[in-house]
Amino acid sequence: MYPTIERTLDMSPLSRIISVAIGAGLLATAALSTNAMAQTWDETLSAARGQTVFFNAWGGSPKINDYIAWAADRVEEEFGIELRHVKVDDTAAIVARVLAEKTAGRDENGTVDLIWINGENFATMKSGNLLAAPFAQSLPNFALVDVEATPTAISDFTVPTDGQESPWGMAQLVFMYDTARVASPPRSAADLLAWAQANPGRLTYPQPPNFTGTTFLKQIMLDLAGSDPALQEPATDASFDAVTGPLWQWLEEITPSLWRQGKAYPANGTVLQQLIDDGEINIAMTFEPAGASSAIEQGLLPETVRTFIFDGGTIGNSHFVAIPYNSSARASAMVVANFLLSPEAQARKQDPAVWGDFTVLAADRLSPADANIFDAIPRGVATLSPTELSPTLAEPHPSWVGRLEAEWQRRIIGSN
Amino acid sequence: MLRAFPTAAVFVFLVPVLTGLTATVFPAFGLQPGLDDWSFDFGAWRDLAATPGIGRSIRLSLTTGIGATMISLLLVFSFIASSYDRPGFARARKFLSPVLAIPHAAMAIGLAFLVAPSGWIARAISPWATGWTQPPDAMLVQDSAGLALIIGLVVKETPFLFLITLSALSQANMDRRMSVARSLGYGPIIGWVKCILPVIYGPLRLPIYAVLAFSLSVVDMALILAPTTPPPLAVQVFAWARDPDLAMKFQAAAGAILQLGLVASAIALWSCAARMVAWGCRPFLSNGRRGGSGRLAAIIPGSGFVLLFTAAAAGIASMAVWAVTWRWRYPDVLPSTWSITNIQRHGPDLFAPAGVSILVALLAAGIALALVLGSLEHERRRSLTLGRWVMWLLYTPMLVPQIGFLFGFQILLIRTDLDGTLSAIVWTHLLFVLPYVFLALGDNYRAFDERLAVTAQTLGVGPNRIFWTIRLPILMRPILIAFAIAFAVSVAQYLPTVFAGAGRWETLTTEAVTLASGGDRRITGLFALIQALLPLVVFAAAAGLPAWLYRNRRAMQVAHG
Repeated sequence: MYPTIERTLDMSPLSRIISVAIGAGLLATAALSTNAMAQTWDETLSAARGQTVFFNAWGGSPKINDYIAWAADRVEEEFGIELRHVKVDDTAAIVARVLAEKTAGRDENGTVDLIWINGENFATMKSGNLLAAPFAQSLPNFALVDVEATPTAISDFTVPTDGQESPWGMAQLVFMYDTARVASPPRSAADLLAWAQANPGRLTYPQPPNFTGTTFLKQIMLDLAGSDPALQEPATDASFDAVTGPLWQWLEEITPSLWRQGKAYPANGTVLQQLIDDGEINIAMTFEPAGASSAIEQGLLPETVRTFIFDGGTIGNSHFVAIPYNSSARASAMVVANFLLSPEAQARKQDPAVWGDFTVLAADRLSPADANIFDAIPRGVATLSPTELSPTLAEPHPSWVGRLEAEWQRRIIGSN
Repeated sequence: MLRAFPTAAVFVFLVPVLTGLTATVFPAFGLQPGLDDWSFDFGAWRDLAATPGIGRSIRLSLTTGIGATMISLLLVFSFIASSYDRPGFARARKFLSPVLAIPHAAMAIGLAFLVAPSGWIARAISPWATGWTQPPDAMLVQDSAGLALIIGLVVKETPFLFLITLSALSQANMDRRMSVARSLGYGPIIGWVKCILPVIYGPLRLPIYAVLAFSLSVVDMALILAPTTPPPLAVQVFAWARDPDLAMKFQAAAGAILQLGLVASAIALWSCAARMVAWGCRPFLSNGRRGGSGRLAAIIPGSGFVLLFTAAAAGIASMAVWAVTWRWRYPDVLPSTWSITNIQRHGPDLFAPAGVSILVALLAAGIALALVLGSLEHERRRSLTLGRWVMWLLYTPMLVPQIGFLFGFQILLIRTDLDGTLSAIVWTHLLFVLPYVFLALGDNYRAFDERLAVTAQTLGVGPNRIFWTIRLPILMRPILIAFAIAFAVSVAQYLPTVFAGAGRWETLTTEAVTLASGGDRRITGLFALIQALLPLVVFAAAAGLPAWLYRNRRAMQVAHG
């Protein structure tokens, strides 16, 4: 296959050799430590048997709920663990719950054992000492993750995970559009503005602080400002004003042309998807590259929907599972996290008929049999190929999130 | 023994509300007992005041809350005044009781789909009548003025006020008063307004304040129908309370206190306004004008009631259609592809949450019924009359915004290791269930014909046997209805279940609200439908059971009930 430009650029022959060497070294280390680890892992497995894990995970999507139910059946039969899905409508509420427990002095026997998390929520829990000691590196299946090729697996919105959360899946912002109503989709922030002005009322985004909405703001900011090194650092008043200036200008121009003249916004990504299906809007965004394909399959979107990204690329990140500091079932929570990272669970998750969430495992670290399973997964009619999905842009430091949301509030709600 | 009942009832109320409020007041002033932070400051209030659009949030809460209460009350009064002697009156009673049983969230979801630009009404008339090939970009739901929220609240609150007013009317001997008024030549409407309204407004005051407080503080319905830029204050506080940024907790606490102040001022405002109206109307009351037949005037409230019931029924019907849909796109009037796939796939998921809903509702309704019956019997035997403060106490959970004390109460539950237990959920539900049971049962209990008890007593029957063999069977109908209302109230609880249950207990309502955030109407429809059906079944049973139990006793048939 003809190598893409990006790959040629950042993979010189020398760096390729180095990365292979590092990979081999890591593998060797992993092999050496397998014995020592296997023993403790066996201990973890036996401690886990018979425990109940309360897995707090967003419950708004039936397909994800079904997937978690399947995982619950599998860990029950294989490890004797009862996995209970606590369906959450906002992960922040769970952060608040663990805090309430800490406030009340309940430092063990907490009600949350495992939590689906990333970004700002993770940063909050980490800095508030609400998370258990590092565990991710001790999971056997973590060796299948290539942290060189997938830096987001250990760096969550630039915050080092330090093993306090274990990667679960990968996401990237993509745009959905109805081909029956949009001939050629706009592939940059500037084009999107022009399109919206030519098609008033047919574009909107979830209301920040919803994460899809905030990610959209970040996406526009990156597209307009380029990759400013300040974005990898905690935001300051000066860097924030400098980098986000073009974003606010853009927002001011586009808002009157948005759905409901920018006076109302859908609550989240799935409500946004419903608006496309209802024909109220023609372009939307999602953080699941295969989300449109699986929605078509489930009768939630018309078959004419396809996806696209900006020519300059879109933001991608990983999502994780973490164990709160006062979990009552640490061992079994680790076993569940390890199972979620297994080729079996990851392959099933990537199937658009099941969920369509991209794996965090590296293809070259899988056994040939496992690699074949991944290769056989259909991509789905509306999903872009990995080549079409590049480049992937890095998340800015989480401190940008709060500032973006506050400024959005001030400008959009304050002036409405 | 019986003496313990009022004390227990008070305990159930006071402890959660007081501890919860305390735990909310402290952080509002920067104090966090758990974190040993005792520095007093007003930072949270400064942040609150600096929130973009906070002024409009407050204004929106006030206009929607007061507007909805006023419209509901006017609708109820004008309907009763103009129709109490007509066949439509009995029908209204029959049709509106079920609307009371439908949970707010389910109703909001149904109404939102009905009136949205891509909703059912638009689908029915497009594109042939409207020319809309694509839905118009019109703000019909979540409109900036909060009209959609007002409509939603009116649909839910009117039946409540209607049934409460009926109970007050039976206490006030409406029929006898009206015969006197009519024989003096008063028209039906003017006669009602001059001779009945002033008598029943007193007992109605607390229920009206409860409706006012609820409308000002509603969260689940507002999440679906209210505007979001900015949202009403209660929704804003709810969002802050769940923000991952821990500093927001202080702001949330300050917001909760502000919400409390908002409710208190609205009640004070309402009470002043009512006094002024009463004072201003004195000349009108005694001017001797008799009024006409008022036949024409009945049309507006009558059609208001019909519209209200139709909207509620259509909203729930749309949920039923969605539950058996595969594809249903604008502008199809009905689904293009029907399917029972969703019921097959998600039907089994309904059993566990439905079981929890039923269990909690049965326990909460049962305990509430026992406490209220015990307290009423105690009151009767001691010939006590409840002081005004007891009534206010009973109404506390309905008057204090839930968001104001639930977070604090949660901390108490965690301290006592009760959170996440069934007892915690039942206790929290009791707070909201008990007042309704008291409302539904109190007047009926006190209106009991004591001559029956006296007769039994002269025959040597003791007070306990009188209670079990005479009082209870005769009062079976209102008792069962009170039970059904309690059941419906419990099933509909969202925030209390989430806060007390540590998220570990899934009920139909928590599932429906979570799924509503997921945007698959086919599944939301299924859950909302079942959530609405459950209380309806209990209502039907409560209505049907006495008829069957007493099928052999002529004096206890429906006719006199």
